[in-house]
Amino acid sequence: MLATHLQPLAASLFSLLAIASLLLAFVMVGSRWLKDYLGAFALQSWLIAILSAAVGYYGHYPELYLIAALTALFRGMLLPYLLFRIIQRLNVDRELHERLAPSSSLVVGAALVLFAFVVSEHLGNSLHLTGTIVVLALTVMLSMKLIGFLMLTVRGEAISQILGLLVLENGIFLGSQILVPGMPLLIELVILFDLLVVVACFGVLVRYLVMHAGTSSAHTLRRLVG
Amino acid sequence: MPADASIVASLVAAILLPPLIAVLGCLAIRRARPCEWLNLIASIVVFVAVLLLLPEALHTTRTFLRGYLIVDPLGAWVLLSVATVYLLASIYAIGYMRHLKEDQRLYRFYALFAGFALTTLTGPLMNNIGVYWIAIELTTLVSTFLVCFELGRESIEAAWKYIVVVSGGISLALLGIILFYWGGSLHLSATYDLTWSNLRGVAPQLNATVALTAFLLVFIGFGTKVGLAPMHTWLPDAHSEGPAPVSAMLSGALLNTAMIGIARFIQISDASHLGLMPRAVVVTIGAFSLFVAALFITRQTGIKRLMAYSSVEHMGVMALGFGFGGPLGIAGALYHMLGHSLNKSLMFFGAGNAMQVFHTKRISRIHRVLGPLPVSGLLWLAGAVAITGAPPFGLFLSEMTILRAGLAGPNLWAVFVMLLLLIVIFVGFLNHFRAMYFGPTVAQPASPRATFAEEHASLSSWCLVPMWLALVPLLVLGLWWPQSISHYFAVVAAQLSAGASP
Repeated sequence: MLATHLQPLAASLFSLLAIASLLLAFVMVGSRWLKDYLGAFALQSWLIAILSAAVGYYGHYPELYLIAALTALFRGMLLPYLLFRIIQRLNVDRELHERLAPSSSLVVGAALVLFAFVVSEHLGNSLHLTGTIVVLALTVMLSMKLIGFLMLTVRGEAISQILGLLVLENGIFLGSQILVPGMPLLIELVILFDLLVVVACFGVLVRYLVMHAGTSSAHTLRRLVG
Repeated sequence: MPADASIVASLVAAILLPPLIAVLGCLAIRRARPCEWLNLIASIVVFVAVLLLLPEALHTTRTFLRGYLIVDPLGAWVLLSVATVYLLASIYAIGYMRHLKEDQRLYRFYALFAGFALTTLTGPLMNNIGVYWIAIELTTLVSTFLVCFELGRESIEAAWKYIVVVSGGISLALLGIILFYWGGSLHLSATYDLTWSNLRGVAPQLNATVALTAFLLVFIGFGTKVGLAPMHTWLPDAHSEGPAPVSAMLSGALLNTAMIGIARFIQISDASHLGLMPRAVVVTIGAFSLFVAALFITRQTGIKRLMAYSSVEHMGVMALGFGFGGPLGIAGALYHMLGHSLNKSLMFFGAGNAMQVFHTKRISRIHRVLGPLPVSGLLWLAGAVAITGAPPFGLFLSEMTILRAGLAGPNLWAVFVMLLLLIVIFVGFLNHFRAMYFGPTVAQPASPRATFAEEHASLSSWCLVPMWLALVPLLVLGLWWPQSISHYFAVVAAQLSAGASP
């Protein structure tokens, strides 16, 4: 397995990229401005693209260069552009309806990272991989997962919820690049494509939301209960 | 043998191509009437092909397209449920959707409807777990737009919650699948195809902690799609706000497609020797679904939400069946699956008819159903008796079988909880029907007798025939459990538990 016998340089490069991505997830949690979310997401996608390329280089997986290029193109440029258009159409530029202030969200996010670390450490221990990049990759993957769910829970704007879902996906993608770089190309391509369809669907749905429900905030959707 | 393989291949093509052609045809034609027929013909072809596929699938498990498609008994059985609901719902949709007077946009409805059927039929045929995940994700994306087809505020709210909750939940399943792949890659090579049989083969070597974590993630993820409590929150909204044929498809077809994933992952967790924990989790979540459903059924005010919570209940029962396991548990769960598909379609059709006549979703505004709806009302009432698991119908047999399976297993407590909650649901569910059928008539100035008669005249036979088509097999399945079906279930159970006990 690639992650267990890496050169020190490669290991530190992977760690740097993974941790930087996690920090960008915190940027999203800690900000109120939708443009910040979007910028952080785009940057995160670029970091993941670089990570893919690095894994491809050090692990000798040439097909990962293609994945890296497509990640940069789709996640780093196309998705942010589509989301940017949605934001422009919505005429909202900041989160007004958060249930938890950004500062408190940061604290909760930190607690979630701790939890993710405990779980990953446990998994790493059981495989005798403590202290390797595997634990870090698992931690970042689970943390971004949990932070994505945190964003889904406390943020009300439709666009924040879409970004929350995308953070979930980014977390999985990042982890899978380090843990299973040999994943069949087809699957990765289809997942990238799937993401594009998801965002397109959300775009249409947001338009319906504004046109027929007169709101861009999911928190006002509370008629269906019981 | 090659002749057989080509027969199966052409049957698979006959299952997947007609909906695809219907999608493209509807988008090309853009006129309401031909689209109705196109979709109906596609559903008939699919149904016939699935019927022909069943005996073929029983003999051997085959894979096609370089191992991406699989035809096995379990998958074929789920296809049968899906194709049945697709056929019934396509017939019903013709009557129901005409009533909505949206002829301009109707071609989009049928394109989406056939597309939804296509994705739902694809799921059980997928051999690669990653592609299966994508098929399930696609069902969500397509059906979202069916849920909000009427473009009311509530239906958009429902669609939004549906897509956010289910996409979020199902991403957990993807995480679990990646962990399984990772666990397998430590023993196989770094690159391999994550098919069901490959994962099943490597399962005994998987690290127990990784396998358990992955199983729980996958179970929660697909459990969200199946609608098991406490991940069921999207289900009542989506099922109650979509048009009636869509509700039937969501409940009768879609949930089963996700359930098959859980059944297959239970097999993998068995094979990796994780002890009793995974099954205990499945059983607990199943019992909890029954509990939540019982609470919400008893105090429900909306007619379609009542049906939706009944779906939560039935998925809970099926989870209990697969969780108890063994030949009896699996047979019960599969029998329940078909029964649920037939019965829930019947219930949503009945609810749709009642909504057409009474123009409301509120139970308290529906009175004396048998007045305006003599035949369809009776069918609906029979369906209500059937869906609570009362004797002469199929669900009674399957629920009894699952209870018997539970008595033999280690989760005895769940049997008694299930029994108790089924009784509560029986009383609670039928109490609503008592109020709707035999309650006192409240004077309603807005709906004089004349309009009732008028409405009834407009309730076309398109809306009535599928109810008969659903109720009659349900009754037959309740009176007579065919020997061939028992044999079929035995084969499925043998495959699901091959060489592994928990």
